[in-house]
Amino acid sequence: MAVAFDEMNGHGGIEIRQAYQELSRWLKETPPDALEYRRQEAELLFRRIGITFAVYGDAEAQERLIPFDVIPRILSAKEWALLEKGLKQRVLALNLFLRDIYHGRDILRANIIPEDLIFQNPVFRPEMNGQDVPHDVYVHIAGIDIIRTDPENFIVLEDNARTPSGVSYMLENREIMMRLFPDLFARHRVAPVERYPDELLAALRSVAPRGAAAEPTVALMTPGIYNSAYYEHSFLADKLGIELVEGRDLIVKNDEVFMRTTEGLKRVDVIYRRVDDDFLDPLTFRPDSALGVPGLMSAYAAGNITLANAVGTGIADDKAIYSYMPDIVKFYLSEEPILKNVQTWRCREPQDLAYVLDNLDDLVVKEVHGSGGYGMLIGPAATKATIEAFRDKLKREPEGFIAQPTLALSTCPTCTDKGLAPRHVDLRPFVLTGSEHVTIVPGGLTRVALKEGSLVVNSSQGGGTKDTWILDE
Amino acid sequence: MLSRTAENLYWLARYIERAEYLARTIDATLRVTALPAAYIGKTNEWDSALLTAGVGQSFYDHYQEANEQNVVEYLSFATENPSSIRNCIEAARLNARSVRTALTGEMWDTINAAWIELQAVWSKGTGSREDLAKFLRFVQETSLRFDGSAYRTMLRNDAYWFSRLGLHLERADNTARILDVKYHVLLPEEEHVGGPLDYYQWTSILRSVSALTAYHWVYRETLKPWLIADLLILNDTLPRSLASCYGNLVRNLDQIGVAYGRQGAAQRHARGIRNRLEHSHMDDIFQHGVHEFIQEFIADNSRLGEIITKQYLL
Repeated sequence: MAVAFDEMNGHGGIEIRQAYQELSRWLKETPPDALEYRRQEAELLFRRIGITFAVYGDAEAQERLIPFDVIPRILSAKEWALLEKGLKQRVLALNLFLRDIYHGRDILRANIIPEDLIFQNPVFRPEMNGQDVPHDVYVHIAGIDIIRTDPENFIVLEDNARTPSGVSYMLENREIMMRLFPDLFARHRVAPVERYPDELLAALRSVAPRGAAAEPTVALMTPGIYNSAYYEHSFLADKLGIELVEGRDLIVKNDEVFMRTTEGLKRVDVIYRRVDDDFLDPLTFRPDSALGVPGLMSAYAAGNITLANAVGTGIADDKAIYSYMPDIVKFYLSEEPILKNVQTWRCREPQDLAYVLDNLDDLVVKEVHGSGGYGMLIGPAATKATIEAFRDKLKREPEGFIAQPTLALSTCPTCTDKGLAPRHVDLRPFVLTGSEHVTIVPGGLTRVALKEGSLVVNSSQGGGTKDTWILDE
Repeated sequence: MLSRTAENLYWLARYIERAEYLARTIDATLRVTALPAAYIGKTNEWDSALLTAGVGQSFYDHYQEANEQNVVEYLSFATENPSSIRNCIEAARLNARSVRTALTGEMWDTINAAWIELQAVWSKGTGSREDLAKFLRFVQETSLRFDGSAYRTMLRNDAYWFSRLGLHLERADNTARILDVKYHVLLPEEEHVGGPLDYYQWTSILRSVSALTAYHWVYRETLKPWLIADLLILNDTLPRSLASCYGNLVRNLDQIGVAYGRQGAAQRHARGIRNRLEHSHMDDIFQHGVHEFIQEFIADNSRLGEIITKQYLL
């Protein structure tokens, strides 16, 4: 694998890239122990605020901190402008695609996507066939994972169209950075991210059902305190000034949704749900779900409640569908996609499978429904035994996997035990779609693989986060 | 507000109040048992401590007899005791976590910081008396900080009122329990008055509701058992008296009633108890039987808890 493109030092490390010049000067002036001191301060702050996440299947670490790296990741205004345009285009296409899949299915008739990839797909929701969703918006909140391998291109690694998380870190990382490094902010013009909660609330209100009151009631639905992202749920509900509800707080009567309050039942118009489709309504989906609300889907079908994101959006973050995204953009928008895809081999197709099996040592293999960095093979880093085990899995169930080249994700300077060193990063900007427009707060969540050489940035796999700066000029 | 949120706030306040009360009970018992036997008589003070904490029965499921070591352990740290200080703090934080949006940052910070701090105490225990004293002080300070930050930072709306309901209901219950266990030393039998035996029992009672100094300010008298009973039951200037708790419960319930534009069984029931306290005199209570009065109060108080739950929290 070639040496990765470093976002501060470029490819050769000869010249500091424009956006990082001031940071680089500052780093030279700042003694290492001052940096270390503030790093510890940051950890203390995070622990005190209680920004934790849980790792499933790890009883010891019921509440863990995501490591925070104090060196910001910086993008220039020009880079951001390109990225923003590309993200809007992509999310617009995702929404059109979802509407089409659950209605006219033009894209299937045009033979752009094979039918079985939709209809045989476990995350396709037949319940949504022909059902209109308020304002035709399916993906209200999208988290698009972006990587870079060179200064020119932004590449989409994954589309998260179900319940993407991480935005609380984007906001809290900035708060903590501003507290700890006021001097550094004084030397930069960093675009603010703090209006995200307002924009989210505006987007959610704009998609209320047409029959809702002029001031629609929005609630955030969480699976509860044992969910790994519970902190984020309560954080967002607080910032938005809306109720944080669990399934048991809601009740459906005459196809309308109400929450149980100390003053009796109160009508709810929009639910920003952070509960997966499967658990939403035990009458429609998993009957054993104690997290859901019986009858919610029937209120949804009656058009009396908006669910954000809509039910059935999982089809859009399926990794096999991902490989068709450039075609999807072209089909619905008649435009060239601005953001590139990673080259992807679909193991369901025999010639692709043959190639993948021959090149397992060099490829990354992912489950089509996987997320969180679980269940994937990174060929160059894997043992012989792991590779062979994957080979068997692939042969048994080829349609469950895709493969991609092992990309040298760009790196960014990061605090390590041995001082600053380059570590691989990605970026998850959050794209909001309301009834009228698509908005993106300038920034996102930069995730960093803290282990030397590691390419896995997921928090469940030992990744950390950084504050992401978009320079204003 | 969500019923579940109100319920969490209500219980959160109760757990913190209970933790503080347990810490004060242990503290007061340590002081009285440190006295030579001649000053306190033969009663097992650790047994009374269990009774005032309302865990007498469950304790004896685990132990044969009550002594300093096992009672301190049981009341402070035992995970098998649902209302040990440890479990109260754990439960408080769990409740706080599920209603973070209804707490102010300061309140959350108090609970979370206490919980983090106590993790260390749980794991290494309190070996020495000094460690124990530090721990008990820490618990009381946590309650003070929590209460203070609620008072100083919360919006005066239903969230605040429900949290206050939990606090005062629990506080009334605690004060009543001390009286329930210790009423016999407060009986005005002439021959006992001023006797050394009861004198230290009386200071211990006052200390466990942090009212020793208050007593002297209110009555400007040496300790008299009927005045102690008067202070704890009827004197509404003492924040831990039953009368004061009920003054607050009625006020908070009225505020909720006004805000929601509706009164209910909880308001009526609380007002009934408050009126009884307002119109009682200590002489009548002694005549009627202190013990009966207190037991009736405890039952009435817990009934109010049930009514509040039914009216608002389900």
